[in-house]
Amino acid sequence: MKRIFQISMTISGLLGLWALIVWLTDLPKFILPAPLQVLQKFVQRYPVILDNAATTLLEIILGLCFGILLGMSTALIVSLSRNLRQWILPVLIASQAVPVFAIAPLLVLWFDYGITSKVVMATLIIYFPVTVGFLDGLNRTSTDWQDLARIYQQGANSSALASMARLYWYIKVPFALPSLASGVRVATAVAPIGAVVGEWVGSSSGLGYLMLHANGRMQTDLMFASLLTLTVISITLYYLVDFLLKRAISWQQTEDQFT
Amino acid sequence: MVANDTDAALLAAQRGKPSPRLAGANLPPVGVQINLSQIAFSGKPILEDLSLTLTAGEHTCLLGPSGVGKTSILKSLAGLIPMAEGSSIQTTDDEPVVGRIAYMGQSDLLLPWASVLDNVLIGQKLKGERPNEGKAIELLKLVGLAANLADRPDTLSGGMRQRVALARTLMEDAPILLVDEPFSALDAITRHKLQALLCDLTRDRTVLMITHDPMEALRVADQIIVLCGQPVKAVKIEKLATAAPRDLGSPDISDRYDQIMSLLELDLRDMP
Repeated sequence: MKRIFQISMTISGLLGLWALIVWLTDLPKFILPAPLQVLQKFVQRYPVILDNAATTLLEIILGLCFGILLGMSTALIVSLSRNLRQWILPVLIASQAVPVFAIAPLLVLWFDYGITSKVVMATLIIYFPVTVGFLDGLNRTSTDWQDLARIYQQGANSSALASMARLYWYIKVPFALPSLASGVRVATAVAPIGAVVGEWVGSSSGLGYLMLHANGRMQTDLMFASLLTLTVISITLYYLVDFLLKRAISWQQTEDQFT
Repeated sequence: MVANDTDAALLAAQRGKPSPRLAGANLPPVGVQINLSQIAFSGKPILEDLSLTLTAGEHTCLLGPSGVGKTSILKSLAGLIPMAEGSSIQTTDDEPVVGRIAYMGQSDLLLPWASVLDNVLIGQKLKGERPNEGKAIELLKLVGLAANLADRPDTLSGGMRQRVALARTLMEDAPILLVDEPFSALDAITRHKLQALLCDLTRDRTVLMITHDPMEALRVADQIIVLCGQPVKAVKIEKLATAAPRDLGSPDISDRYDQIMSLLELDLRDMP
């Protein structure tokens, strides 16, 4: 309850400041519309805004799914094989060093104007924090636990591969989950960037498309309405993911209190 | 939480009575002879030509200042660190020790996400065996945690956590038990109770326990070995007549205590 109060106080404070600036400077509507005008525009055009928001949201969610799956698989493979790490790590870093903006036109060229190119873009952005977070977690399993597991598994008459799989399933992966969760949180926060950048470069729907469209026609109020919708989507998504992650690894918080 | 400490097994242990037999814990005791040619720590040799004899079914306590290589001896025996050339491990039944060892450390190493019961079953899961819940519950009863099967480790006290670790260790029907300062992080009373519980539940097993507390050694050990001197040598302390767990009041205990302390202090004087 207190948290909701704090958030709404921050938001209304910012809106107040915004309104104050518009009132003091008396800027024209096409430079900086007042909050009330933006709200009016939203009410007026909400079917269009929400329709485009749905596209963007779908791109973000698909990007998150693919990015998390790909990132987790990469981290698992890299952690299993030290040799592979030498090969994969440069590629991983390169995938982040190249700005999304630079490859966005290429992706649109390859994957067309539809949502595929945007999903690929979002996936690219999400992939890195997830991989790094999960890999970090997998590599940090305490040596004490690995020693204990080794003593247990010495007595087992099963293959090395099966033992390794069980070590990952019962010990390493669960221990890496808090790290993975941090990666997913960062990924969720940056995911909208990928989708919107993709839409800017070339698309026929989505909030990025709508913003660009409105901007070209001096409909600054519509642009602000789209921007605010995107912000609300991003914040809601972040808190939803955060809530789900905290539920899923509830043991982590209580553990923290004692360490 | 304290209420759990007044458990039948604990009371039985304090009276020195044998506890009820564990299902499946029907192990012929195994003695071990360890000869280590050298133990090195980050390239520097700290210990040379050391031999230790663990008598079958006895509790051997290894005492010594920190840095003398106690944990390395344990790890060599467990196969966690490779042994130097010329070292050997010989058992009384001529079978290898690999796979017949259970280990309990200073940190309880409980999985924070798993229930008490699942923590006790983790060894079998890691080995790919079918988890034997009945046996785990029986063991948890013996250590006085029958009411906590579904609890998460973070809701337990330090002593209760170590008792879960003890149950997990006993889940292995291992004839050889390696125990590395298991109670050093606990308060005096909890430690006292757990020492008795450990003695009681590990009878008939060959136990090698590391400790830096002479009183703990005197309470639980059948045989005490002190590692001291330059170069390090193993000094056997004369056995006590009474059976472990002992009360620490008797005169022969204080006599042994003085003996151990003078050996350990000898070491301190040599230090620069």
